[in-house]
Amino acid sequence: MPDAVTIEKLTKKFGDFTAVDQISLTVGEGEVFGFLGANGAGKTTAIRMLCGLLLPTSGNGTVGGFDIYRDNEKIKKSIGYMSQKFSLYGDLTAYENLWFYGSVYQLKKKVIKDRINQLSEELGLKEFLHRQAEKLPLGWRQRLALAASVLHRPKILFLDEPTGGVDPIFRRRFWEMLYELADKGTTLFVTTHYMDEAEYCHRISIMHHGRIIELGNPSDLIQKYQQPNLEELFVQLISNRSREAADV
Amino acid sequence: MYKIKFIALKELRHIMRDPRSLVIAILMPILMTLLYGYAINLDIKNIKLAVIDFDKTSASSDLIGRFYNSEYFSKATDQVYIDDPEMILKKGQANAVLIIGPGLGEAIQKLKNIQNPANLMIDKYELGLTVDGADANMAAAAGSYSSIIVTQVIKDNLPPGFELPGIRISRQVFYNPDLKSSHFFVPGLIAVILMMISALLTSVTIAREKETGTMEQLLTTPITPRQIIIAKMLPYIGLAILDGIIVLGFGVFHFGVPFIGSTLLLFVFGVIYVITALAIGILISTMVKTQLLAMMGAMIVTVLPAVMLSGFIFEIKNMPMILQIITHIVPARYFILIIRGIMLKGSSIELLWVEGLFLILLTIVLLAVATRRFKLGVD
Repeated sequence: MPDAVTIEKLTKKFGDFTAVDQISLTVGEGEVFGFLGANGAGKTTAIRMLCGLLLPTSGNGTVGGFDIYRDNEKIKKSIGYMSQKFSLYGDLTAYENLWFYGSVYQLKKKVIKDRINQLSEELGLKEFLHRQAEKLPLGWRQRLALAASVLHRPKILFLDEPTGGVDPIFRRRFWEMLYELADKGTTLFVTTHYMDEAEYCHRISIMHHGRIIELGNPSDLIQKYQQPNLEELFVQLISNRSREAADV
Repeated sequence: MYKIKFIALKELRHIMRDPRSLVIAILMPILMTLLYGYAINLDIKNIKLAVIDFDKTSASSDLIGRFYNSEYFSKATDQVYIDDPEMILKKGQANAVLIIGPGLGEAIQKLKNIQNPANLMIDKYELGLTVDGADANMAAAAGSYSSIIVTQVIKDNLPPGFELPGIRISRQVFYNPDLKSSHFFVPGLIAVILMMISALLTSVTIAREKETGTMEQLLTTPITPRQIIIAKMLPYIGLAILDGIIVLGFGVFHFGVPFIGSTLLLFVFGVIYVITALAIGILISTMVKTQLLAMMGAMIVTVLPAVMLSGFIFEIKNMPMILQIITHIVPARYFILIIRGIMLKGSSIELLWVEGLFLILLTIVLLAVATRRFKLGVD
């Protein structure tokens, strides 16, 4: 299986502060990869580097086989990005937002129309299509954001805390949709701090203070550390680290 | 191209849907035109004049009448009884005091009876004029207006056939024969308003996308910063041109400023100038994160130089050398020359292309810097 994302010793420093500290990992094509960590662990910074929004300080990386330094434009054609903040145009309707993003990827009118129809059907957005985006209930806004980021059928989809602030039932439904995408071959790179969500992932990495401190299949990791679930595992790993840091 | 069209269309939608931006874009220029148009008036008229008359002859009352009947002077509000001109000025009762010493009637009489032109300079009689110099322009004007009136008095009292000796200037004023300052200011005002509004519009629209996070979203798509910049400018070029027409309309129809040059030429230069201003807005937006800062930045960066360093009010040639050099990077400086030339003098392209070239050059530099800063990241 070719690799969708490869990162090698990727580092980002803001002045003296090292937000991402030499992280390395690979994500296979079609994989659902969970990128875990507490707030401020450096997840968003890492994702922003992969999406071409931020230049790394050092290290290497490829996305969809393209180099993150040289092939920025090619990467942008093959990825989708859903940020943790709702970032569609609030004064435009859901339909206009989708149409806009479709046209930005230079899809044909007919294609955009068909995909909007299909996506709004699948995501239950149909009745909200002609409402202003800012007036949609939060859960539907997230669905709309998801729809906008997959309209051009990206090979790799980056999701930064896609379910922040949404109720559990909605989150479950959202993950079902993500799984449907993965079934169709989309690689998913998801950050979250909901540990129940992390269990949906094929593999996860746990980030702490800019470093990846553990990486593997969720159930393997639970076994390795003899913990009842990911939640406990996460807490234990982080507190171990903090203790070590205190000892030093 | 295709992508640019869609971003531009989206921008147009934002404008149509947000009445606030339309209010800024349409109402503000109108208000500013009226405000500036009336507030900035350097015509010196109705200087308050008090008269202390020791002569008390028909000649002195004729002279006083001439002063008060001119549009330059008006009677000091209250009747002034004090004989000390300084006290009058100090109390603010008048801007100038004319002191007519005894002997004016006699002097005029001598003038009337003059036989030999050689005697003309012999009899000297001096009028006193004490002026409040706090307002230097007014003081200078009071002096020159007074001598015009007095010269006329002498001329009128000379026997027929006699002429005042000496070399005189025969004055002919072109382009603004009434010497109305509004003719001079309104074209400059158009330059100032266009600069401010245009920069404000683009800086705010990009700052808003940064604030809401949509800019970040846009930058993960295949759109390049250059495409975003061009697309963002397009709808606002139209809006700014509309502003220009509104302000120009006020200038010509409300303030009666003449427009004798080519409309097409002004339009072409206007578009170039507006693009320069929009580029400034974009450059500002790459340096700030919020709409509020963008707005303040745009105001400070555009209004101050456009008012102070453009020749709008203050003559550039009279500035210290260092300021004169700085004015070369103030776009309004070039456009004010262009628009005054076209409106008041009917200047043609041959006289204005250098200014146009400078504007284009400035625009290219501004856009290059803005694009570069844009690329360096949203963080």
